[in-house]
Order: sequence, then structure tokens, then C-alpha cells
Amino acid sequence: MLTIPTSHGLILAGIIFVLGLVCVLVRRNIIFILLGLEIMFNAVGLAFVVAGAKWGQADGQIMFLFILTTTAAEVSIGLALVFKMVHHFHTLDIDQADRMKG
Amino acid sequence: MEFVGYIPLLPFAGFLVLALGAQRLTRPLVGVVGVGSIGASALLSALTAAGLLKRLPGETAFTKTLWTWIDTGGLHLDMAFYIDSLTVVMMLVITFVGFFIHLYSTGYMAEDKDYARFFACMNLFVSAMLVLVMAENLPLLYLGWEGVGLCSYLLIGFWYTDKANGYAARKAFVVTRVGDTAMAVGLFLLYNHLGTLSIQPTMIKASSLWPHGSGTLTLATLLLLGGAVGKSAQLPLQTWLPDAMAGPTPVSALIHAATMVTAGVYLIARTHVLFMLSPLAMTVTAMIGAATLLIAGFSALCQHDIKRVLAYSTISQLGYMFLALGVGAWSAAVFHLVTHAFFKALLFLAAGAVIHALHGEQDMFRMGGLKNRLPLTFWTFLAGAASLAALPLVTAGFYSKDMIIWEAYASPLGGYGFWLAAMAGALVTSLYTSRMVILTFFGTVKTPVHHPPGLSMTLPLSVLAVLSLTAGFMETPHTLGGVHIFSGLLHYALPETKIVQSRITLEILFQILAATTAVGGIVWAFFLYKPQPEPAPSRLPKSIDRFLFSGWGFDGLYDRVFVRPYLALAHLDKNDIIDRFYLALSQASLGCNRIFSLTQNGRLRTYVWGMGIGAAVVIFMAVTL
Repeated sequence: MLTIPTSHGLILAGIIFVLGLVCVLVRRNIIFILLGLEIMFNAVGLAFVVAGAKWGQADGQIMFLFILTTTAAEVSIGLALVFKMVHHFHTLDIDQADRMKG
Repeated sequence: MEFVGYIPLLPFAGFLVLALGAQRLTRPLVGVVGVGSIGASALLSALTAAGLLKRLPGETAFTKTLWTWIDTGGLHLDMAFYIDSLTVVMMLVITFVGFFIHLYSTGYMAEDKDYARFFACMNLFVSAMLVLVMAENLPLLYLGWEGVGLCSYLLIGFWYTDKANGYAARKAFVVTRVGDTAMAVGLFLLYNHLGTLSIQPTMIKASSLWPHGSGTLTLATLLLLGGAVGKSAQLPLQTWLPDAMAGPTPVSALIHAATMVTAGVYLIARTHVLFMLSPLAMTVTAMIGAATLLIAGFSALCQHDIKRVLAYSTISQLGYMFLALGVGAWSAAVFHLVTHAFFKALLFLAAGAVIHALHGEQDMFRMGGLKNRLPLTFWTFLAGAASLAALPLVTAGFYSKDMIIWEAYASPLGGYGFWLAAMAGALVTSLYTSRMVILTFFGTVKTPVHHPPGLSMTLPLSVLAVLSLTAGFMETPHTLGGVHIFSGLLHYALPETKIVQSRITLEILFQILAATTAVGGIVWAFFLYKPQPEPAPSRLPKSIDRFLFSGWGFDGLYDRVFVRPYLALAHLDKNDIIDRFYLALSQASLGCNRIFSLTQNGRLRTYVWGMGIGAAVVIFMAVTL
């Protein structure tokens, strides 16, 4: 059976994580920020699965299930916040919500 | 004797009623409460005295414990009163003289708007003074000691709208505080070594623990003497008393002549065992007394303000008492304390009547010719002045002062030096006393009389005048009858003075000398200051006159040595130099706050950057280090 080297999987996970992080950093639209967060979560999940495969244990996949659950909760709360934000600011631009500053 | 607790309590209750109900009480009622509480206290004191006399000689003292005051660690103090013959004498003087002065005040202060406040403070004073003399332990004595100091402050500054009065009050408070601090340190020292502060056990333990002339004991007694010197306005802490005359005249009579200033004399007499164990402390006491009586006497000779003459005279007479204490003439000191309380209270009250009649005029050079305008005041003042000048045979002052002068020479600790100082003081005393009488009552009228004193003022004057003349007959030297009622009573509390020079001819010679000095001083004064239309301000060269007028320049000296450097320091620190450091600290943290608050710009993406960079740094460090 052809096995994918662990380093490949981790490099892919790293690339996906950085993509998601860049999305969070550069996008001003809150929907896209949430999307970026999702991508980062999935990158972490991929890293867990790869690590689990490396050691031949199911822990990595179990952790991925946890991450999925957390993501679902996060998204539901995040979308609720998006609703509140649209209601309040009539925009999706996250930079408009900067009133809480020192 | 279950009621002795009420003796200080009644004036205190009077104080509470007057202080809390000042707005609701009518003026007559204020007078009734103020005078009545002292009167009741005086009656109880008389009953106490009678009770003690009945128990003598079997039982010379008794203690009445009211409750436990402090009980902590090894320190146990009771709210307890110790009554012996010395206490009783002091109680009688305080309450009876106090009663007459209160009575007088109802007339003197009648037009003052703060009538109730005046009587509240006076009642509080009498209460504190009684606690002072009745205290069974030294801390309770100290409580009364500070209490009278507080009342003195409140009453000197009674007319507080005038800045000078407030200054005089502060001065009195601060200067006496110097002595009080010394006394407190002395108490700590005694407690540290003896483990008790009850007066009688302290004295018993001290005499068994310390040998004669021990260093620690001498230090402790000198510290106690410091307290006495401050309160009794002796050298070098005498400067506050002349300024204390800023208060109403009854205050000067009660606090700054008859009672409070004698607290120092009482303290030394009360703790006489400690002083007798320390020859150095005794000598210092006598020397302070001798120096003070001369310095203050000469100052009195050059004053213009009648109350300041009396103030310096008080300092001088207290000097006599200290001299007597220092040579171990305990009974003589207390005897002079009593007669002085009578005649000096009388002189102040009579001077107050004059000031009252002349609408607040205190300068003797603007008085004169009052002999016929205020006859009763004149005769009573004359009685007091005769007693102060120790006019032989007929006045109380003669007997008490003669006793001091004789024992200053004849006691084991006395000598020619002390005797000479006392004699010179007697001459100066009769000089300034006569000068005061001549300037005030003889010569031409310069200020018209507005209103003569009423009955409430003349009655105390008459009673005190009688006492000033007759109180001396309870103690006469054995060349003149040898009545020893007073010293016989006091010897239950104070040791007898041994007379080493007991040749009767010598004693008679010395008494004749003392009597001649007093009479000679009076006669000389009539030549020096003979009544004339425009009396010369002084018979002395101008520079000396000014020097004596200013009280030997002590005020100027202290001003330069203590007050001005202190004020300069205070001025230097007006901008809070020390605070600069703390201000800089707060400024620095405020600056940091501004810098860091810039990072809190409220933008989510900036925070994410911060988190990202931070995480990267942490990971980098974890991997590489």
C-alpha cells in the first residue's frame, strides 16, 4: 500500500493553516474571516489525522471529531454575531466595529 | 467615701450638658449648670476632706477603684482615685477657687455670645484637673494632664476670630507639648524598669530597686521634671504663659494662675520619693526655680499690660514653689501653692473687673485714679497685692513665702545661694506689685469707668480677699505662734523637712530680713513710681527696659533657633520635594499607559496580527532554544 510521507501531510496542513490565517488577517468582511477560521480549523484537523496515521493510533481522528463539533458550535455563534453586527452596523466590514479601544 | 467618683464626674456632666445643649439652654440656665456643677463638686470635696480627717491618723489614704481601665499584657490600670491629704488640699483649692471664678464669670462673660461654650470648656477643665490630682496611677494623671492642656488651648483661643489669640493658643499648646513628651518618655522608662505605673507602688518599688542617685532613676525624674517645667511655665519653657493672657480673664485666673500651672508642682510633690532618691534632679529643680523666679520677676517689672505683669508674677511665684520642692520643702511648696491660688486668682479677677469697667483697656499707663471709682475692686486688689508682696504678719503670702525663704536656707539641700535668690525675688516682687497698684489705682484718671462690677463679680472678690489675708494663719513659723495645721495635715502624705540650721536667733534674723525686704520694696516702689499725672514708662535705661519687657529675649531666641528654621524647612517643602519622586512614578506609569493604549485600537484584525506574531515568536523560541 502506497503511504503518503508524514512530512507531506504536515506541509499541506501548514499551507492550509497559513492560507486560512492570511484570510483572517487581510479580509475585512466578517463572513470571510469566519471562513478563514474554518480553514484554519480544518488544517489543524488534518495535522491531527496525519499524526494519528503516523503513530497508528485512533487519537488523531477522535480529536478531529472534537474539532468538527467545536467548529459547528463556533460557526453557529459566529453567524449569530454576524446577524447582530449587520443589525447594528448595517455592514459586514469588521473595521467598522472598532469602538472598543483604549 | 463612695461618692468620690462623682467629684470629677459632675463637672464633666456639666460640660456634656453645656456642649450638647448649648442652643437650647437659656443664659440663666447655662450659668446654673456651669456654676452649680462646680459648686456640687466643691461640696463633695469638702465631704471627702471631712471623711479623710475622721480617718486620720489611723488611715492616711484610701483608694476608690471605679473600673478596670486597661488590662493588656503585663499592664493593668484601674480607673481609680487615690485620696490622701495632698489630694484633698488640691481638690479643695480647685473646686472652691474654681467655684468662685465660675461665679465671677457669670458676670464677666454676661455679654459674650459664646456664653455656653465658655462654661462648657471651664467645666471640662475643672473635671480634667480633678482627674489629674485624684489619679491613682500615672497614665490617669497624664489623661488629666492632657485634658487640662486641651482646655487651656480652647480657652486661650476662646475669642478665635482674632488671629493673635489663635497664635497664643497654639504657642501654649506646642510649648507645653515639649514638656509633655518628656514626661511621657519618663513614664515609659519607669514602666519599663518597674512594671507598674500606680503611683504608690511605683515609689515603693523604685526605692527598693534603685540605689540613692541611680542614673536611670535620675533620668526618669528629670524627664518627669521636664513635664512639670512645661506645664508650670518654668525656665526654659516659660514663654507660653505671658501670651496665654489672650484668653478671657477668668480663664487666666483659673487655669493660668490658680490651678493648671500648679500641676507641675503637684506632680513633683506626688512623686517626691523618686525625686528624693536623685540629688541631681532635686538640685536641678531648685536651680530652675531660683532662676525662673528672678528672670520672671524682673520681666514683670517692665510690663505695660496689667495681665502680663500678673502672668510674669505667676511664673515667678511658681519658681518659688519649684525652689521649695528642690530643697525638699514639700509642705512649704504646697502651702505657697494654696495661698498663691487664692491671691493670684483674686488679683486676676480684680484686674478683670478693672478691664471690664474700662471696656477692655489692659494698658496700665492708660489706667490710673481708679481708687475712688472702683473702691471695692481697689481694696480687694490691694489685699491680693499685699499678699503677693508678702506684707508681713497680716497676709497669707507672707507666711508661705517666708517658709520657703527660710527652708531654702535651712534645709539640708538649701544654702546661701538659694536664700539670696529668694530674697532678691521677694524684693523684685514687692517692687513690681507696688508699681502695678500705683499705676492702676493712683494718679489721675485717664480712662473713664463704664460700668462697675456687679454682685456676681464682687462676691468672689471679697471672699478671695479674705482668704488671701487669712489663709496664712493655718501655718505660722514657731517664732510667730507655731501653728502647724497645714503642714501637720500634709505630713501624712509628704515627708517633713529637716531643718539643719535650727538656731532660733538665726531664724528670727532671717524673718526680719525677709519682712524688711518686702516692706522696703514697697516703700522704694513709692519713691520710684510715685503717683504722677504722666508716669514715666520706666526707670531703667531703654535697652535694658526693652530686654526685660520682652521677657529676657527668650521669644526672640526661640523664634530664631526653632520657629524660623522650622518655617524655612516647611517653606522649602511647600512644593513637596519628597513628593517629586512619587509624582515622577505616576507620570511614568501614565506615559506607559498612553503608549500601550495605542495598541488597543478596537480593530479585530490588529489583534489577530498581534496574536499571530506572538504565537510565531513563542514557537520560534520553543523550537530553537
